[in-house]
Amino acid sequence: MTAHATTTRSTATRPTATHSMADALPAALTMPRRGFAHWARRPGQFAVGLAFPVMMLVMFAYFLGGGMAVEGGGDYTEFLVPGMLALTMAFGLEATMIELTQDINRGVLDRFRSMPIARSAILVGRSLLDMLGSVVSLLVMLGAGWAIGWRWHGTAAEAAAAIGLLLLLRFAMLWAGILLALVARRPESVQAVQILVWPVAFLSNAFTSPDTMPDWMGAVAEWNPMSATAGAIRELFGNPGWGGDSWAVEHSVALAVAWPLVLLAVLVPLAVRRYARLSD
Amino acid sequence: MEAAILVEDLRKTFGRGKAAKPALDGLDLTVRRGTVHGVLGPNGAGKTTAVRILTPLPRPGGGRAEGGGPDGAARPDEVRRRIALLGQHAALDEELSGRQNLELFGRLRRLGGAGAARRAGELLERFGLADTGHKPVRAYSGGMRRRLDLAAGLVTEPEILFLDEPTTGLDPRGRTEVWNAVRSLTGAGTTVLLTTQYLEEADQLADRISVLDGGRRIAEGTADELKSAVGGDRVDVVVRDAAQLDAAASVVGMAAHASRATTDPDRRLVSAPVTDRMAALAETVRALDAAGIDAEDIALRRPTLDEAYLHLTGRTTGPAESPAPAKTAEGESAA
Ligand SMILES: Nc1ncnc2c1ncn2[C@@H]1O[C@H](COP(=O)(O)OP(=O)(O)OP(=O)(O)O)[C@@H](O)[C@H]1O
Ligand SMILES: [Mg+2]
Repeated sequence: MTAHATTTRSTATRPTATHSMADALPAALTMPRRGFAHWARRPGQFAVGLAFPVMMLVMFAYFLGGGMAVEGGGDYTEFLVPGMLALTMAFGLEATMIELTQDINRGVLDRFRSMPIARSAILVGRSLLDMLGSVVSLLVMLGAGWAIGWRWHGTAAEAAAAIGLLLLLRFAMLWAGILLALVARRPESVQAVQILVWPVAFLSNAFTSPDTMPDWMGAVAEWNPMSATAGAIRELFGNPGWGGDSWAVEHSVALAVAWPLVLLAVLVPLAVRRYARLSD
Repeated sequence: MEAAILVEDLRKTFGRGKAAKPALDGLDLTVRRGTVHGVLGPNGAGKTTAVRILTPLPRPGGGRAEGGGPDGAARPDEVRRRIALLGQHAALDEELSGRQNLELFGRLRRLGGAGAARRAGELLERFGLADTGHKPVRAYSGGMRRRLDLAAGLVTEPEILFLDEPTTGLDPRGRTEVWNAVRSLTGAGTTVLLTTQYLEEADQLADRISVLDGGRRIAEGTADELKSAVGGDRVDVVVRDAAQLDAAASVVGMAAHASRATTDPDRRLVSAPVTDRMAALAETVRALDAAGIDAEDIALRRPTLDEAYLHLTGRTTGPAESPAPAKTAEGESAA
């Protein structure tokens, strides 16, 4: 490389023109608008997305539920529903990945990137849209849980806190999906993630108690962010937990707040940076 | 002369280590404001890479790339305000309708809801999409898609419009539609940088043409200037009997005082450069007659851009492999 080349490179890495949040917001808000138009065009696809976790919930409750006992005593459905809620929130990242990798492949993201809008706007907009979808999905799941006999026994404030924790987990996982999409780029890569989420899901307390797993698995399951959220909302909803007594179990609410925040602090800057350098 | 785009010694290498391959290897390019500049080159010449660095998507590996303002790499947003990019593949939301696509891009460019809707209506009208604006893009033909793509680039009038192979994959009708759309812009003072593999397209649309190969500019000029680079006029002879092609080639070459005449067996065509048009024509007719070669057609013509291109790049317009010579890659890594 020549000296000239080197100097230009260093100017190139200088931070780009800064944008205030007020600048980024209108651009970000066009993304939910675009998403609603998609839902309106493909209501069937949207409905299937909502139905899938409900189907899983019903399968686990009726096909496996009979053979499952809850460690600390209590009804398996009451144990399962919060686990499934946490699972649903964690799994949404595939939908995010599919949409984003399609935008990359079709060059739509390049078109966005060649427009004078804040670097974060498109990604923030994407996450806003997917959060709205998640709220709908969560409401459907709560309704389905209610229908198969799950109830909450805490106060309304506790229930609201539980829902807040679920959405916080979803928000963090969504950004994981965004980052993965930006790194992988190809829509085919989503399949790999679709398969890999399953071991992660089972290495948690969503379906069963970590005590029933081999030691190392139990430890992973206990510290899994999804377990933290599942444990915390079981506590807040007044549903039976799995009765462990480790630090992670005692502090599940604190962990359910801390885990997503830590993930977000890492994932959001990485994703925005990756977005800016998508084609380098 | 006021330059709208200024590219100097632009370099970009993809891959690292042994796999590193320069896509741009010291590209120079100057485009005057308000002109249409054609960038012509075979597959892998670096056209898309140059356009993308100017738009500005990836950072340059070195050198200068200015379009829409000094030093695009340092102030990408300033550049983005002034340009629009029409990528090599139509970049549209397939699920949305044409109108919804234009409204989306209008909002992103801060026209506001009402402004974006009004502009979308104008553009659909202008690009002949008013009737199909409500249909999802998924249902559009290639030509409609490309016109919508072009409309999306014009949501706010850009100072510089980058068109990367705007008509690749279109049928002749779709191509004419896009050409007309591009022509309608140039009157308005927009600077257009157009890459293409079609010589006819550059010939039709571009004021000046740069020929790229292996990440460098190997020639530049107006279409006429490039054509003269091959030599002056040519004489074409179509023989009736393909078996006489070789005999005809030597006769025509001699008559035209050309060192060699080229042949195209498929078209039974012999072609040779000439210096003195009329004398060469008369001499060719006489010589063919004397040699007993039956000609179906004899014509004098200017060289085509195809011939200029072939002459410059040493290859036809078809797909070409490995544009970067190995020794260039070594020179890069050693430096
Ligand atoms: N993202 C990338 N990663 C690796 N190599 C790349 C990338 N983009 C381009 N290249 C390589 O750089 C060279 C120039 O590519 P470029 O796409 O700029 O050519 P082009 O002139 O646009 O070709 P075409 O006519 O096929 O569109 C090619 O050898 C290509 O393989
Ligand atoms: Mg290209």
